[in-house]
Amino acid sequence: MNSPIEAIGLAPYLSIGAILLVLGVFGIFLNRKNVIIILMSIELILLSANINFVAFSAATGDLSGQVMTLFVLTIAAAESAIGLAIVTVYFRNRGSIEVDDITMMKG
Amino acid sequence: MMTQIVFYVFAAVLVLSATMVVSARNPVHSVLFLILAFFNAAGLFLIAGAEFLAMTLVIVYVGAVAVLFLFVVMMLDVNFTHMREGVQRYAPIGGVVGGVLLVELLMAFMHWRSATNIGQIAHLVPSSPTRTNTAALGDVIYTHYIFLFQACALVLLVAMIGAIVLTLRERPTGRRQNIDRQHDRMPAGSLEMLQVPLGAGVDAQGGFLRPHESYDIAAVPGTYGTEAWREAEAREADGTALVIATPATGTKGEGNE
Repeated sequence: MNSPIEAIGLAPYLSIGAILLVLGVFGIFLNRKNVIIILMSIELILLSANINFVAFSAATGDLSGQVMTLFVLTIAAAESAIGLAIVTVYFRNRGSIEVDDITMMKG
Repeated sequence: MMTQIVFYVFAAVLVLSATMVVSARNPVHSVLFLILAFFNAAGLFLIAGAEFLAMTLVIVYVGAVAVLFLFVVMMLDVNFTHMREGVQRYAPIGGVVGGVLLVELLMAFMHWRSATNIGQIAHLVPSSPTRTNTAALGDVIYTHYIFLFQACALVLLVAMIGAIVLTLRERPTGRRQNIDRQHDRMPAGSLEMLQVPLGAGVDAQGGFLRPHESYDIAAVPGTYGTEAWREAEAREADGTALVIATPATGTKGEGNE
């Protein structure tokens, strides 16, 4: 393998992935009221998963990880589209996107 | 050495912009920092040798998802400063959860080592220097992962239809296209041949905009000029008439007769 990842190693990639995951989880807790920023934090968490997939794929020379990253990208795009549609409809009905207000559907 | 410098620059900007995504006061700034984070993640992908995924990340995320976020943030008329109120209350618990997660991940990293037989695992398509990343990825996707690929297409289709169904709404005063009525139009129903005397013009015969029964044949609900549309228009006119305190006579809906 002549990949430049040899010069860097796997550990920095995994560290970046871990930091992004923690930042995403922290963002979900920090912005408890704003659904849009929670969706963005979920995007960050999925990005950290993607970075891990790509790093392991490059380190082991197996392309399966990159294929999985492609599928994760697809799912993330679908998820954000549906999530933002739900946010839009909810704002149209209630005039607010605060998470605390979404208590009508107590299950 | 150069690779390492580039990597750490990309990584630092990525972490900083991700921090700003979750801590920015203005959600528009959050979206813009999210775009920056995705660009830097694409840089990391390039260093790892995944060119196709880097370009896909830029196109799909920056071109579609982030712009979608920007649309929604700007479309919703929300008081975003009011939404930052609980930050001081939730910051400690979020910090505790994030710190615990980070410590656990670091502990996992410290005791983690690669399997000794990692080289003997049968690779589906080992990346070779003779083939580009995109070509090798295409070989794998369209052979071994074809069913997952099709399932992804199905997921995207369902997401598209779902988003449209969720956000579509019928407005009573909407003027929608009625394709059946358009196709059923005949020249005889909308055209009238007049014998106009020389020099008299059409004013003697009622003018161009004279009442004609063909203007009122739209007996299809929900279309322009029908009873339902007129009722909705009259209701709107009544509402405005109540505001300006004048009797609601001669509404717009009757002007079509």
